[in-house]
Amino acid sequence: MKLKIIACIGFLLIILIVSCQSDEQLEFDRYYSAGSIVYQTRCQNCHGAKGEGLQALMPPLTDSVFLKANRALLSCSVKYGLKGKISISKKTFEGQMPPNDLANIEIADVLTYVTNSFGNKMGTITSQQVEVDLRKCR
Amino acid sequence: MKKLLAAILVILLWNACKFNAADKKTLPILGNKQTATKMVNGQSVTDTIYQTIPAIHYINQYGDSVTNKNLDGNIYVADFFFTTCPSICPIMQRNMLNVYNAFKDSAGFKIVSYTIDPQHDSVPILKKYADKLGISGNTWWLVQGRKDATYTIAKSYLVSVEEKNPAGEYIHDGFFILIDKQKRIRGTYDGTKAEEVGKLIEDIKTLKAEPASEIAK
Repeated sequence: MKLKIIACIGFLLIILIVSCQSDEQLEFDRYYSAGSIVYQTRCQNCHGAKGEGLQALMPPLTDSVFLKANRALLSCSVKYGLKGKISISKKTFEGQMPPNDLANIEIADVLTYVTNSFGNKMGTITSQQVEVDLRKCR
Repeated sequence: MKKLLAAILVILLWNACKFNAADKKTLPILGNKQTATKMVNGQSVTDTIYQTIPAIHYINQYGDSVTNKNLDGNIYVADFFFTTCPSICPIMQRNMLNVYNAFKDSAGFKIVSYTIDPQHDSVPILKKYADKLGISGNTWWLVQGRKDATYTIAKSYLVSVEEKNPAGEYIHDGFFILIDKQKRIRGTYDGTKAEEVGKLIEDIKTLKAEPASEIAK
């Protein structure tokens, strides 16, 4: 009998914890799940389902150091594309990434997805942040 | 009498099923078929003539010429691409790499990727692309030739390629075509789908194991 009561209390506690997820976590989940859809339709062909890239043709998205160092430039790269040489995971890539006609919120979604998948963990990139970053594009 | 008929029916049915079971391992021959009747030793013999890939004149990434002669006695997989393709090509190449890695060390097998943008995709550019793709040797050829010839040959592979659309993009479908030693089409696979390419790899094994007598037909 005692055991049952303890189990019941434990169960209620778990429900409480789950339902009281912080707003931050909820926001992150929203961005992340929407981002996975954007990724599948706009990025996956080249960068791969696991962000593995394609040989020396398409850079992988698994270089956390690069992503962290270039965090403020990521929005510009997604929106306006990339040209020229870049060094990722100690390999040099050249060529061109095409621009993507995406809304700020979609850019925030996909960046949150990418920077928190494939071994990356950078937290939420909000649409407000994207807006700020896009103003500084070169 | 009725019993006899029933027995015959059962035997016929069983034979029909057995035939199907044995037939399962043979790949179909696709494309247009024609029949030709000719006189052999005073008897008229009717042959089925299957569609084959016509003569080709191309140059591969090493600057070597590629004609039907270079493909004689080979099973090969053909597809169409261009090096600056932003849409379906990367995923096609990713899947084709699986085919390449499965058969790169086996004799009598090749992959031929035709560029539909020969003006841009010169021999040095194809070579650079091959290097970046991580392919070497003579299993996978990236070939370029006259554009109109490529558009014509695509039709004989049952593949559709088109001139640039108003947005300036080439249109092409992502099919991988399996060709046998007689240059007949034995299968078409959506090169953008990993599971279809898995089937292609299985079918190549089946085709490689096809007995010589079957080929003589």
